[in-house]
Amino acid sequence: MPQTVTEAQVVDGGSASKPQRIIKLGKTTDDSDKKSANRRVKDVELCVPIVYGTIAFYLGRKASESQSHKWTVYVRGATNEDLGAVIKHVVFQLHPSFNNPTRVVESPPFELSECGWGEFEIGISLFFHSDVCDKKLDLFHFLKLYPEDESGPQSTKKPVVMESYNEIVFPEPSECFFARVQNHPAIHVPRLPAGFSLPAPVENMNDRGRGDTKDHPLSQWFMNFSEADELLKLASARQQVQAHIVKLRRELSVTDGMLQPLKPASSYECI
Amino acid sequence: MDAKDILGLPKTPLSITQEKKSRPQKDSQRKPDGISREVYALTGGVAPLMPSIDVSQLKRRPPSDEKITWQWLPFTSSARKDNLQLYHWVRVVNGVPPTGDYSFAKYNKSVDVIRYTDEEYEKHLTDPKWTKEETDQLFDLCERFDLRFIIIADRFPTPRTVEELKDRYYSVSRTILVARAPSPGEVAGHPLVKEPYNVTQEIERKRALSMVLSQTKHQERKDAEVLAEAKRIAESRMAARAAEEPDLPIASDIGPESAERAVGPGDTISPSNVQVPAPAAAPSTSLRVYLRTYALEQMVQAASSSAGLRTIKRVEQTLQDLEVNLKPKVPTKAVCAEHLELRKEILTLLNLQKQLQYKEAEGSSFRDGSYGDMPGSAKRSQRAADQDRTFVLDTISFGVIPGDRGVKREQKRKGPGRASETSSSPAGAHKRPRKMKASDL
Repeated sequence: MPQTVTEAQVVDGGSASKPQRIIKLGKTTDDSDKKSANRRVKDVELCVPIVYGTIAFYLGRKASESQSHKWTVYVRGATNEDLGAVIKHVVFQLHPSFNNPTRVVESPPFELSECGWGEFEIGISLFFHSDVCDKKLDLFHFLKLYPEDESGPQSTKKPVVMESYNEIVFPEPSECFFARVQNHPAIHVPRLPAGFSLPAPVENMNDRGRGDTKDHPLSQWFMNFSEADELLKLASARQQVQAHIVKLRRELSVTDGMLQPLKPASSYECI
Repeated sequence: MDAKDILGLPKTPLSITQEKKSRPQKDSQRKPDGISREVYALTGGVAPLMPSIDVSQLKRRPPSDEKITWQWLPFTSSARKDNLQLYHWVRVVNGVPPTGDYSFAKYNKSVDVIRYTDEEYEKHLTDPKWTKEETDQLFDLCERFDLRFIIIADRFPTPRTVEELKDRYYSVSRTILVARAPSPGEVAGHPLVKEPYNVTQEIERKRALSMVLSQTKHQERKDAEVLAEAKRIAESRMAARAAEEPDLPIASDIGPESAERAVGPGDTISPSNVQVPAPAAAPSTSLRVYLRTYALEQMVQAASSSAGLRTIKRVEQTLQDLEVNLKPKVPTKAVCAEHLELRKEILTLLNLQKQLQYKEAEGSSFRDGSYGDMPGSAKRSQRAADQDRTFVLDTISFGVIPGDRGVKREQKRKGPGRASETSSSPAGAHKRPRKMKASDL
């Protein structure tokens, strides 16, 4: 599982040395709400790990040709936490052959189920709350209905799952957003620099837990994304490359030495 | 007239002058008044088209009611201290020689070099790097040479740089001024006090100047280009910033954080500096929100912007050989940082290989020539170079045979040990399919 444990308390911020700076934008009005929404927490980035994708079930031979598969497209938190704190609504853009191809999902869990026979690219637009971001974020996912392994008949029990892991990064979150989601499990708050004064955390929403996908009916098919594997692989690859670099550097210096034959050995210059 | 002969010009004067009265013509043929014939001939022997000097004015003398004589007289100059008496021609009017000082004495200016007493030295001016003797010598030279520090530095008995001398002189003068002044306010306006001599700045300034002076034309052009580029970037950034909101986040916490996380999973090799280059991060960090994969793409592009298409392909090939996804499956912050670093390291590796190849190409042509005096080392180096070349070639492909999963895993296990294996046996003993040819390197 990815390491998305959020630490509410400020840990020793030995990593960074910049003190927190809050900068004010725009005019200073008396409206305190407006003020706090405009203020941004500098040098902090909030990260929301998400997984989005499709799960498609073959409906068997009894189903009609044009409705051969039932599939669901969704966006979920990578650890199945509720994304409702961040995302206001999601717009799924389907193939034009569907009725009302623009489907809006107003509340978590952000998913959409349909029946069909064709594979196409689904556009997923994430719209955030006003204090989070006023720009939408677009994702694209190709709906896969037919399994890779084409041998044998399709199973109605085992779906075709295609998921992608990604992380939404908010480089300079507004104070309001930050305060709201400091302790939220879906949002990863990095280790905060020393001297950081956190804005006071806001009460968590009452219906927390309703938008999460932990007990989702399809959760058994959700993929596990572990960064540990990838990190290990990357580390070992880097090790190999670094070892070769060292070897090559040594060889280069040897060759450089060889290219100065006229100098006596005593004045051999090593690079 | 002779000149005209030489030039082959007609002897008759120009038509314009012919229109004038015959007087100028007559004048040209007889000796004119006021100036000698030869001088007149210099002008071509004719009157000038626009007479600049009225000939009759030339020899006019001033009203001579005064009697002027020139006399060889002695004089003294106030500029000299030694009462030396010299002589010169003097214009004497009516028997009265001119009075007043020697006219050039007023140009004898000198600098007011401060003189300190011994007590003052003891009180204010002691310095670990300067003895009293040296300081005295310095001031003496300063007076003699009017603060011409280049000369002073040359004449100074112990070797000191011009900046050191200047520094000592100015600081001493300043201290004395301040010490002698009845109140600080009075000397505050004095230039020595207002703007103290800054040694480091001076050294730096001179160094920079000499660098600029010694720049080649090529460098000048490059500098101009870089500056123009920077100006363009700055302007475009200003425009972009003006369009958006005026705040600028900097994701500088990527570096230290991911380094710590990378150490976690057992990476014992000291990770190279995990610093995301700021300009590369700029495109994505000016956005309010972005996907990690997008940021990674940008940074990969920036990092490989200097590399050609072939190099990029080779990097990707190497990544595949190392069994690393070209685009990480789990793009967390740490993974993205590691991925980027890995790509950079592969670029370094490829560059080094290229360098080594060039060097060896150089070396081999060299080796064929003059290695008579070092036979042993030549043979050794040849063998070593050959072995290493094989090693390099084999490790590029990391022994992976495409499409064969079983063999792949086996080769991978052999990975670290394979190095010694290869180098001990001579080249050619392993018949392993090599994806990359030597020429590709």
